[in-house]
Amino acid sequence: MKSVAGLLCCLLLIAAAGCSRPAKPANQIEVWHWMTDRQDALETLARRYEAKTGIKVKLDLFAPSDAYTQKVIAAAQADVLPDVYGILDKKDILASFIKAGYVADLTAAFNADNGAWASSLFAKAIDVNRFVPGNAEGIAPGIYGVPLDIGSEQLIYNRHLLKKAGITKAPATFPEWLAAVDALRRVGIAPFVSGFGELWLIDCFASNYAFNIMGEAKVLATFRGTVSYTDPDWIRVFGVFAALRDRGAFIDGIVTKGNKVAEQDFALERAAFAFNGAWSVNVYKLMNPGLNYGVAPLPALNPAAPMVSWGGAESSFVINKASANKDKAVAFVKWLTAREQQAFLSAQVNNLPVNRQAMADIPENLAAFAKAMESSTHPKVWPVSEDALVREAFLKGIQGIIIGETSPEAVARAVQQVKDRQMKKVKH
Amino acid sequence: MTGRPWDSFKNFLFIAPAVTIFSVFYIYPFIELLRLSLLQWPGIGPQIFVGLQNFRELIDDKVWWDSMGHAGYITLIALTFQNALAFALALACDREIRLKRFYRLVFFIPPVLSEVVVGMIWNWTLNGGTQDGRQIGFLNYCLVQSGLPNLVHGWLSDPKTVLPCIAIVHAWKGFGWGFILLLAGLQTIDRQLYEAARVDGAGSWRTFWHVTLPMMLPVITVVVILTILGSMQVFVLILSLVNQGLVYHTDVPVTRILVSMTGTNQFGYACAQAVIFGAILIAVSFVLLKVSNIIKRA
Amino acid sequence: MRSFRNRHIVEAAAKNVLVHVFLMAVTVACLFPVFWMVRSSLMTNATIFTDQALFPRELHWHNYLEAWTKGNFAVYFLNSIVYTVCVVSGIVLVASLAAFAFSRLRFPGRNVIFYVFVAAMMIPLPGSFVPMFVMMNKLHLTNTRLGYILCMINVGLSLSILILKTFFDKMPTDLEDAARIDGCSRLQVWWHVALPLARPALAVIVIYNALNVWNEYILASLLLNDKSLMPLQKGLMVFNGTYQVDYPVLMAGLTMTALPIMVVYLILQRHIAKALFSGAFIG
Repeated sequence: MKSVAGLLCCLLLIAAAGCSRPAKPANQIEVWHWMTDRQDALETLARRYEAKTGIKVKLDLFAPSDAYTQKVIAAAQADVLPDVYGILDKKDILASFIKAGYVADLTAAFNADNGAWASSLFAKAIDVNRFVPGNAEGIAPGIYGVPLDIGSEQLIYNRHLLKKAGITKAPATFPEWLAAVDALRRVGIAPFVSGFGELWLIDCFASNYAFNIMGEAKVLATFRGTVSYTDPDWIRVFGVFAALRDRGAFIDGIVTKGNKVAEQDFALERAAFAFNGAWSVNVYKLMNPGLNYGVAPLPALNPAAPMVSWGGAESSFVINKASANKDKAVAFVKWLTAREQQAFLSAQVNNLPVNRQAMADIPENLAAFAKAMESSTHPKVWPVSEDALVREAFLKGIQGIIIGETSPEAVARAVQQVKDRQMKKVKH
Repeated sequence: MTGRPWDSFKNFLFIAPAVTIFSVFYIYPFIELLRLSLLQWPGIGPQIFVGLQNFRELIDDKVWWDSMGHAGYITLIALTFQNALAFALALACDREIRLKRFYRLVFFIPPVLSEVVVGMIWNWTLNGGTQDGRQIGFLNYCLVQSGLPNLVHGWLSDPKTVLPCIAIVHAWKGFGWGFILLLAGLQTIDRQLYEAARVDGAGSWRTFWHVTLPMMLPVITVVVILTILGSMQVFVLILSLVNQGLVYHTDVPVTRILVSMTGTNQFGYACAQAVIFGAILIAVSFVLLKVSNIIKRA
Repeated sequence: MRSFRNRHIVEAAAKNVLVHVFLMAVTVACLFPVFWMVRSSLMTNATIFTDQALFPRELHWHNYLEAWTKGNFAVYFLNSIVYTVCVVSGIVLVASLAAFAFSRLRFPGRNVIFYVFVAAMMIPLPGSFVPMFVMMNKLHLTNTRLGYILCMINVGLSLSILILKTFFDKMPTDLEDAARIDGCSRLQVWWHVALPLARPALAVIVIYNALNVWNEYILASLLLNDKSLMPLQKGLMVFNGTYQVDYPVLMAGLTMTALPIMVVYLILQRHIAKALFSGAFIG
């Protein structure tokens, strides 16, 4: 009996110790983030900020991003969101958070002093968190988030492996790319690797070609429902994947590869081409410092039109409207976007800085990614986005094409079926 | 105060702490789950009451029922292959052999390993690619070295082989639990029963059938139920092996629920999926319990 | 006669060899991942996937130091130990009381309540994170150790009750009856008779729940905010970044995480053996 009593005492002690909640100090802002790779860098910056202004910044990291999203949603329900956090979801979820009163409108802060803050950052990055007049979600126009960095996804090619196959320059058009694939297959090198186990990369890749083949207007019209997925232009988009598959371009198991494994594969020179974002520069440096590679846009199918990559804010913070320390929070996040801090962050993790001037300080090999920002777009800046279920059918259909289970026409029909069903739901 | 009611009350006190914790941490969220399954809700914002629409949609959801089939397949492999292995190992370790403690430690390693390591190792083992003419994956490499190059395969990239591979990895990771439970059960069988059987001249097979199995029936039932529960609810392993899946071929109910929650923002639908899934599992388990009771009485 | 006996000896020896070969084969399959994990933890990012040798040429022990310091392991270790000890003791206490009652005592609704507990194991609650968080917040239990402990006790409760009740059902009641005749109260019967006899089952639920709590991560990141309250798995997340994975240090961290639970298991194994030796000779 004594040990039971001892045990109960133990539990009660813990209970007592655990129950007290420290009151929130006034000179402190709470930040929840998901950027594991930047925890150290952010903590260093937080200390610098405290030394400079005396305001303590409490940084809490929650990863992976799925866990982070769940936590934010749960905290929103319980009304305990921190001063600064991020919404990793699609734009309509950001809209829901705004409507629920958890996101502050920052337009005034951006436009203050003749727009000093706004002009110091890349417009495309700010637009990711901006709602334009007449937007589909019905939000008052304005800027609701602060971008921390920018990035874009590009084609990366291994010069050494290409030379082995007799190719001297990166393919600029799709037929050139197919020819390169043939040459690589002849010498037994796997042509292309990417983390297509993560659906968003397929989305980015397909979107590049969709914009190139039919232009932004038609793509958005499809989302609105006025153009069908069985339209020949969309069949051409699906056909890109079928063509690559037929030539044997995809590395084995590409459809189940996570992006990190794909990065390993490219770093270990198992494939000649990769499709990835700016952060991969750092991964390659870590795993294979001697890798000789270059960066280029995806080879265009329609040479007359530009290849439009996804580029924009990679990570953004929003400020909690219900927070008592709103102004202090805004000041801190604004400080993070200043040139010095951006240069520091970029050197740590190799994502591109969102501050225009800081772009001059970036390492050499990121420049190609930066150049691509000029002709880039992002789903979050489109006035209308595709329904989530349709998007899933679309991306999974492409996976089916890649593994040879289905054809572009069949996928187009299947996706349109889901689209029709979802459009009917919205009507009522 | 004496008598039956007071006695019953004192007996009830024994389960009072369990019931209290359970009501707070399970019953309440469960009622919420039921309520949310009747809504259309993306996780934040207005909750629209749609009645049984989520359930009606679910019945037509082919991907969902396919995922149930996949989980059923993995469970079947686990019930047969995994538990047979666990039982065989438990029997082997029950006798007085050398290195018993060593084996018992070693077989517990797969359940302890984190999914990260398991995913990485098995991904490398089952890799179907080549580099400079050599097989990257360990299994393919061994096949080539032992003169069976035509068996080389893209294990995790072929829809036909990916699910069996996942089932085998799951069985490998899980047999340790069955092993522990069955061993514990074997060790509580009175040794005198074995003595008596030996004196009666029974061989090892007869002893197994007439002494071991009947005494182990309740433990076996628990192991079967736990295997079914654990295998039907598998998902972390699948994520670490094939990420978001080989099209829809590697989906199981829990991955579909996760997609509904975080991928397509259909919280209400996810809750409906959870409710239906739970109801099916409960039905299966009760059938099993009844069957085991019938066997016990026979 | 002699040949018959010889045949028996040869048969027994052959069976022994077969059994050992079988056990060894399974052992290799189980040990290889551990070996690979330790080997990888002693390499560098550049060599970890390219170096095909079984034993790395240089041993980078500093990976362990880096995992410990960068991952803030000291704090997280302590937290994990506290959580594991508290949750497991809590479950052993609550579940054994309940299982004993379900098996031996009579009260109205006994069967129904038991089936409800068992049914609870079957419904996954991924969608319940949000309502659970809201409720915990109302009870002021979020971001506290107690809240997390209580939540984790609930997670392991149903299974532990099921396993313990199964074992209690199997146990003969003569010892307990004798104790009751001697005038022991129900509680004393539970503590002095039932629990010691069920030691193998208790060991099973201890190791099962200990492993669950030790490896748990999702509930911890949902319910806890402060770094000072986080368990070990949180420390590992630092190396498993969104963009970069520091593989050798991650492997070092994983090895350090796996060791304590193996030690606990080893200790428990010895306990079972001791308990059974004494148990086998009591009638």
